[in-house]
Amino acid sequence: MNIVSRKPRFVSGLKLKENKKSEHSPILLIPPPSRVIIPMQMHTGAECSLLVQRGDSVKTGQLIAESDSFVSANIHSTITGTVKSILKTVSPATSTIISAVEIVSKSAQQQTGDAQDSDAAGALYEDEVVFDNSASIKSVEEFRAFLKKIDSEQAPGLIQKIKAAGIVGLGGAAFPTHVKLSVPEGKKIDTVILNGCECEPYITADHRLMLEQGMEILAGAYIIFKILNPQKVIIAIENNKEDAIKNLADIIKELGIEHIFSISALPSRYPMGAEKTLIKNILKRKVPVGGLPLNVGVVVQNVSTAKAIFDAVAYDKPLIERVITVTGDIEKPLNLMVRIGTLVKDLKDYFGVLKEKPYDIIFGGPMTGFSVANMNFPIVKGNGCVLVKQGEKLVEKNCIRCGKCVSVCPMNLMPLMYGTYAKNNMWEQCSDYYIECCIECGSCAYVCPSAIPLVGYIKTGKAVIARKK
Amino acid sequence: MDSKIDETKLIDSGEVYIAHPPHIWGGFSTAKVMYIVLAALALPSAAAVYFFGPRALYLIIVSMATALLTEFAIKKLRKKPFYMDGSALITGLLFALVLPPRIPFWMAIIGAAFSIAIAKEAFGGLGFNIFNPALAGRAFLAICFPAAMTSWYLPAKWFVPGYAAADAITSASPLSESYIYEGTRAALYKDLFFGNIAGSIGETSALAILIGGIILIVLRLIDWRIPAVYIGTVALGSLIFGNDVLFQVLSGGLMIGAFFMATDYVTSPVTGAGRIVFALGAGIITLLIRNFGSLPEGVAFSILIMNAFTPLIDKYVRPKPFGFVKKIAKKDGK
Repeated sequence: MNIVSRKPRFVSGLKLKENKKSEHSPILLIPPPSRVIIPMQMHTGAECSLLVQRGDSVKTGQLIAESDSFVSANIHSTITGTVKSILKTVSPATSTIISAVEIVSKSAQQQTGDAQDSDAAGALYEDEVVFDNSASIKSVEEFRAFLKKIDSEQAPGLIQKIKAAGIVGLGGAAFPTHVKLSVPEGKKIDTVILNGCECEPYITADHRLMLEQGMEILAGAYIIFKILNPQKVIIAIENNKEDAIKNLADIIKELGIEHIFSISALPSRYPMGAEKTLIKNILKRKVPVGGLPLNVGVVVQNVSTAKAIFDAVAYDKPLIERVITVTGDIEKPLNLMVRIGTLVKDLKDYFGVLKEKPYDIIFGGPMTGFSVANMNFPIVKGNGCVLVKQGEKLVEKNCIRCGKCVSVCPMNLMPLMYGTYAKNNMWEQCSDYYIECCIECGSCAYVCPSAIPLVGYIKTGKAVIARKK
Repeated sequence: MDSKIDETKLIDSGEVYIAHPPHIWGGFSTAKVMYIVLAALALPSAAAVYFFGPRALYLIIVSMATALLTEFAIKKLRKKPFYMDGSALITGLLFALVLPPRIPFWMAIIGAAFSIAIAKEAFGGLGFNIFNPALAGRAFLAICFPAAMTSWYLPAKWFVPGYAAADAITSASPLSESYIYEGTRAALYKDLFFGNIAGSIGETSALAILIGGIILIVLRLIDWRIPAVYIGTVALGSLIFGNDVLFQVLSGGLMIGAFFMATDYVTSPVTGAGRIVFALGAGIITLLIRNFGSLPEGVAFSILIMNAFTPLIDKYVRPKPFGFVKKIAKKDGK
C-alpha cells in the first residue's frame, strides 16, 4: 500500500493544540430520544416544505419534507412518533428564521399526559425502526460482492438513491451530496479526494468512523468512484491519526484495490481539511476565486459522507443519524451516534457535571463552530461536534498591525482591514479586500495578539454586503 | 424560539454565553509580544551601560519612567482604559538607546514625553500612530537641541578605579567627515562590531543588536525581510557609491534602526511584499542622506519618511487572494 506522506515544511497553516480527548472512545450508540426538533433547512440550498401536519404519525426514516429545488436535501423523520408542533427556529446554517417540526415519541407523550388518539397511532409506535450500526460488512467476501453489485448499477440510479436519502456533506458545509456528484456535462473529474483530515481540534467523529467502519467508508467511496469515474481516489488523512491511516491502508491492501485508492498522509496543520487548502496541498491545484473544486477536476467528499452514501445505497437508509463528538471541558469526552434533531439538552447527561458557569456550548469545532443561545437547539446534519467550553471572554484591544493575520491567512487576504473597516462602519470597503474569498477558518482571530474577533466582523461584513446587493 | 419550547427549558439563560468563533485563542497577547521585545533589548541596553557607564542606565530608567507615566496620565485625561502592555516601556527604552550619552536628563524627559504624548497618543494611541514614537522623539530633540544631540563621546572604562567623569573624551560621529580613527582598518571594524565607538548609547554594539534581533526573528516576532532588505540595500548602495561597505553597515544607527525601529509593527506595512518595499525605500533614503545630505546620519529620518508611506504601501502592495484570476478582477472593477 502506497502512503504518500507530505513534509510539514512544504505546508503552511497553523499548528494548533489538538485536544483530541475522545479519540480512544468508541462510537457509542445511544437510544433514540423521546423528542426531536427537525429544522426544514439543514443544508446549503432551498428550504424544504413539510409533507406532514400537526398530529400526523410518522415513522423513523419516513420522508417528512422535500423541495422542488435541485439544490436541496430531503428530510426524514428520525424517530417514530407524532408531529407535536410546527414551529419557527433559527437556521444553524444561515441564521435566518425557518420552520422546524417537533416530533415526540409515544412514551414521551404518556409521561406528559398529552397522548392524542393513541388507539389509532398505537400500532405504529410499537416497533421503533432500529438500524444496525455495527460494522455491516463483515468480511472481504461480502465487500467484494458489494463492489460487484455496484459495478452493475448505473450512475443516475445511484445518485437518485443518494438524493432520496437526503445526504449532505457531513464535514460541516452540508452541501447536498447529489448536487456535488452531478457533474455538469463537459466537466471531467480526474480525482476524488476523500477528506478524513478532521483538522479542527477536539473533534474525533471522523477519526473513530475511519477506525471502526473503514470498510463501509471505502464501499461508499467506491460508489462515488463509480458515479464520477475519476482516475484515482485519494484518501486524505492528517498524520496525527496514524491508526486510521493504517486501518484504511490495510483494508485497501487486503481488498487489492490499490489501483483506485491511495492514501495521502498530511501534516496536521489547520485548516488542512478546508477544500481549497486540501486540493492545493495534495494536487498543487488552485481552485479559482468564486469557483468550485470541479473547476480543477476535483470532487472532495468527507469520509462520513461516504459512509452515509454506503448506507443509502446498500440499505436505502436515509440520513437520520450521524456520529458526533461531545467534548470540551467535560468529564468524559465521547463519540456518540445520535439521531438528527436530538436537542442538546437531551445530551446533557453525557456532559457530566460542569464545574464552572457560564459555559459556551458550541456546535462544531472550536475554530469554526458557533455558540448556541440555549440548550434547545437540535443536532443537524452538518454538525459533527458539541463542544462545551469554559473560559473567560477576551478583551478586544487596538490592532497593532503586526501582520500575523496576513501571514497566516490560507486565502492570502488581509483580515486586519476588515476589523478596521468594521469599527468605522465602512462595510462595503471590505470587498476591496476580497472579503468574499474568506473561508472563515478563524486562523486570523486565533493568532491576533489583540484578540480582535475578526471572524465576527467578517460574517457581519458579508451579511451587510449581501443585503446591499 | 417558539414559546412552547421555552416552557421545557431546562437551564437558566445565565448559564450559557455566546462567543464568536474561533472559540480558542492562541494566547500570544500584545503584552507578551512587547515584553519579549523588551527582553531582546536587554542585551543592547547592557552594552550601552558597559560602554557608556551608569549614566546610560540612568538615561534608560528616566526615559522609560517618563514614557510610562506620560501614557498613564494621558489615558486618564482622555478617560480611556490604560493597559500595562509594555508598549510605552519599549518606546522609552528605544528612545533612550538612540540618545547621546551625555544629554541632560531634562532633555531626555522632554523627548520621551514628546514620543508618547505627541507621536503616539495624539494619534489615538497604540496602533494608530503614523510615526515610530521613539524616532519621532529623537527627531524632535535633534531639531530643538542640535548641539546636545550631536555631542558624541568615546566609550570609557568607567569601571576602572580612578576614572572620573570629567575624563570623557569627545569625538566626532564615525559617519561625519571630520572623524578620524587611530588604528588599523581591522581594529576599526572590531570596535564597530563590539560597540567600542562613539555614538548613541544603544546603537554602537552591532553584536548585541544582532543577537537581540535574531532572537526576535527566530521567534517570528519580527519579519526578517525588513532588516535583511534594509541592511542589504545600504550595503549594495555603498558598494555602488564606492564607500566602505562594512563600515557603512556597522556604523551609525543602521543596525538598531533595521532590527528594532523599522520593524515596529504599527508603523510598518503588514504584508511581506509591502515590507520589502518599505525596507528598500528606507535603505535608499539612508544612502541618499549619508552621501548627499547635510546630516552625517540618515537612519532615523529614512525610517520616519517611510513610516509616512506605510498606509500607501499597504494600499497598493497587496497579496493576490488564493486562486486569483484576472477575469474576476475585471468583474470587480465594474
